[in-house]
Amino acid sequence: MSIAEADPNGIIQCTPPKSARFLHRLLRRKLAVAGIAYLLALIVTAIVAPIALSHIAGQSAGSLDAVRAQPSLHHHLLGTDELGRDVLDRLFVGTRITLVGVGTAVLVVLAIGVPLGLAAGYFGGWIDRIVTWVSDLLFGMPGIVVVLLVLAVFPYSMLAAMTAFGVLVSPAMIRVVRVSVLPIERELYIAAARAAGLSRPYIIVRHVLPRVSGAIIVQTSVMAGLSLIAQSGLCFLGLLVRSPAPSWGGMVADGLQLIIQDPWLIWPPGILIAVTVLVLGLLGDVSRDALTEAWAAPVRSRRRPVTAAIGDISDEADAGALLSVRGLNVVFQSRGAHTRVVDGVSFDIAPGETLGLVGESGCGKSATAMSIVGLLPGTGQVEAGSIFFGGRDLATLSDRELHQVRGRDIAVISQEPMVSFNPTLRIGRQLAEIVRRHHHVSRAAARSRVLDLLAQVQLPDPAAVAASYPHELSGGMAQRVAIARALAGEPSLVIADEPTTALDVTVQAEILELLRELQANRGMAILLITHDWGVVAEMCQRAVVLYAGQVIEQGPILPVFQEPRHPYTKGLLTANPHGVPSSEALPAIPGTVPAPGQWPIGCRFKDRCVLATGECGDGTIPLEPVGTRREARCLHSAMLEGECA
Amino acid sequence: MSNVTTEDVQAAGGSTVMVPRPPAAAAHRIGSFVDSRLTGLVLKRTATAIVLLMVVSVLSFVLISLTPGDEARAIVGLGGTHEQYLHVRAELGLDKSPPEQYWQWLTRAVHGNFGETLTTSEPVTSSIQTRLGVTISLTVGSMILSFVLGVLFGVISAVRGGVTGRLLDALGVLGFAVPSFWLAAVLITIFAVKLGWLPSTGYVSPSVSLGQWLQSLVLPVLALSIGGIAAIAKQARDGMLEALASEHIRAARASGVSPTSIIFRHALRGAALRVIAVTGWIAISLLGGAVFVESVFAIPGLGSLAVTAATQHDIPLIQGVVVCFTVIVVIVNLSTDVLYIWLDPRVRVA
Ligand code: SF4
Repeated sequence: MSIAEADPNGIIQCTPPKSARFLHRLLRRKLAVAGIAYLLALIVTAIVAPIALSHIAGQSAGSLDAVRAQPSLHHHLLGTDELGRDVLDRLFVGTRITLVGVGTAVLVVLAIGVPLGLAAGYFGGWIDRIVTWVSDLLFGMPGIVVVLLVLAVFPYSMLAAMTAFGVLVSPAMIRVVRVSVLPIERELYIAAARAAGLSRPYIIVRHVLPRVSGAIIVQTSVMAGLSLIAQSGLCFLGLLVRSPAPSWGGMVADGLQLIIQDPWLIWPPGILIAVTVLVLGLLGDVSRDALTEAWAAPVRSRRRPVTAAIGDISDEADAGALLSVRGLNVVFQSRGAHTRVVDGVSFDIAPGETLGLVGESGCGKSATAMSIVGLLPGTGQVEAGSIFFGGRDLATLSDRELHQVRGRDIAVISQEPMVSFNPTLRIGRQLAEIVRRHHHVSRAAARSRVLDLLAQVQLPDPAAVAASYPHELSGGMAQRVAIARALAGEPSLVIADEPTTALDVTVQAEILELLRELQANRGMAILLITHDWGVVAEMCQRAVVLYAGQVIEQGPILPVFQEPRHPYTKGLLTANPHGVPSSEALPAIPGTVPAPGQWPIGCRFKDRCVLATGECGDGTIPLEPVGTRREARCLHSAMLEGECA
Repeated sequence: MSNVTTEDVQAAGGSTVMVPRPPAAAAHRIGSFVDSRLTGLVLKRTATAIVLLMVVSVLSFVLISLTPGDEARAIVGLGGTHEQYLHVRAELGLDKSPPEQYWQWLTRAVHGNFGETLTTSEPVTSSIQTRLGVTISLTVGSMILSFVLGVLFGVISAVRGGVTGRLLDALGVLGFAVPSFWLAAVLITIFAVKLGWLPSTGYVSPSVSLGQWLQSLVLPVLALSIGGIAAIAKQARDGMLEALASEHIRAARASGVSPTSIIFRHALRGAALRVIAVTGWIAISLLGGAVFVESVFAIPGLGSLAVTAATQHDIPLIQGVVVCFTVIVVIVNLSTDVLYIWLDPRVRVA
């Protein structure tokens, strides 16, 4: 059992970035360092160049013998323009006006965007509504033309123009800040700080602002890029700087005048503008990456060809079984580390049988179920093991081959029916697509088949349901529709992943009843995934109990309920002696399931076990037969023999 | 057992959001439901538009009252008599208080009268009318190009990934960084000066020659579209990736829906919503870009008109252009909303 390499932070948690750590992470990246160095060089140029090259700004003609000189290493590195002025010198001198313009706009954006965004996100209510309304209004204005209007009133006033520009684009900052404040505001420690009697401004500055600073940095870089393009554009139009003073945009305009004689002249200023915008954008991206470093890189779900079956059971598939899972390992990837969530799970389902896969949250039951149809979310993949179905090992099939199996041989009913439908298409259309996929019938035939299916799941008005959008259905109705969808391909196995968890208690009973009836009529097998022993008692012939990624007990329902052979099962059933629906019951056993990546050596239940002894921590505990078709993973299982739950 | 509803898989990387749903609505009422939503939306957008126009006009009035110069003095010139000056002042309504002046402007503006330009004394409305078509053909052309190429690039990048995807992503980044006026200059260098395929500047009206009209628009449309293509490609790509990772796509895959249908029918629809959501923004940035591109190519549209007006301090004219652009943006936003409702039945009028 290799758990040492697993990341203790798990795949779930991302600690809030502290600004110092953020800066540290940023500076660890070469790209970021290069970008920051570039910006610093620009700033130094902006300060020094107009002083060192003081004659350039007023220069309307350079040396007459160097008119339109070609770039050369000795005299004019980037050549000269039509008046013999050195291109490089003019770019240097023009840096100041560019940076001042961008700086003005960015300051305005920050001064407006950050406080308003913070206020809107933190206070909510009418403040939020007003701020949102105002920013929507600003957003609807034709920005550049409004700036032109300002320039018509205040000719050549860069301050006025760039301030106006900053105001007009500030909604982008308001939105970003507001959206990133919203979740923080709800967090506990803010509530705690408020309860401690701290003033709101204090909370905002000390607790909220640091958390959104990352988002602000990223957005600032974007805004700076935008402002640079706007500023150089206005210079290009000759509206910001009086000739002959140089500016980057103005130099593009000068070059455009000479585009036929000297096409070279547009390149230096253009490339300088584009590179500077790129560097700004890059710094934004790198900062964001540094901020979200703790998150897993989203790799598209892929199944790896099985290497070797690891685990304590590697026997052949049960010949009579519909589905045989053998030694299944499932891992999720995070920052190069693998975290195993399913560890050597094996079980069989007979045709027409209902098998309960039972366990608490985080025990690996959904991952087990989803790996059967090759639809593990995110970075999940099958690391080892086999999934025999219809004479084939599903774990080795390509996505294309699995595609033939899904819906037709094995169908899935998901935990949240509502989100399992495309919100933008009517139910009828979504079901018809699946019917036609599996049956190759005409549109009309598909439609009547859809109505038929909807009637089979006992929806009172199939036509009305078919004409509805998913959000117009109740949870119970949606789950019936989801069941109808699962039936469309006439599968021999249905995987029902917590099919009733999201529903009201009364609806739950109806859905279970429906599943039972359908199963009786059609003879399909059901793999029922649940945390609810009541559902197991009502529905299943056999149960497989999972704990921390492993099977810890399995067997036919009656003996498991009457005489559980694992302390975990026993503990749970003792708390619910009659197998009564237990979703409201208090945890019967103190402690919690260890998270994936934090599984202890030895028995994974030992910290919560009343029977635990020293040996329990020593090595891998095997899954041992304990009677007819029963197994339990406990060293002291024999002590439970004959005891009643 | 504890009352858990989340499952290990979600905890391990997937994300499923539980949203409480309203009780089921009767299916037969859907039609009228959409109708009433549409009416509400149109009303809301129109109200916003009116407020927006008011804000724009008040703003320009405040700006003008800040102007150091005096329009009447400028018109009469240094040689004019004081009587002439007073006459012009009265004619322009400058002898009244600013609120009165504003009211006067507003009542005229509502009737489509934005006054006369200071430089040519033409009615502002007619100056705008003659140039509106030019700007519209330029921006609509760019809009179409941006959508077609943007969605294409975005979808390819999301579905293919790999080298193709990264190449397209890099192009997208470049699209944000290259200013349209500079790209215009580069395009002229290559296609007009070097290759001589297309005219470098100028505009030919479609009534003169349809072929030449199209030719005169090719380079401007290309230069103007680059930012739009990049922006739409990014939205389309993110939208596709998000949709492909969503629960309903997983359910569709689990039901055996074919990969082609997954991409084109299910995921693309989700991505389309994101793209449409930024349409208004794209329209604004294209109109803004038209200011630069029209100036480079010497195209007689509203953008170059605004630039000339700005250089000549022709405030009534530029005011008219601002109002005109604002109205265009409002119309685009309204059509976007309608499209949105059509594509996403869940959208509610907030
Ligand atoms: S092996 Fe030991 S710790 Fe684990 S369940 Fe059995 S008795 Fe308890």
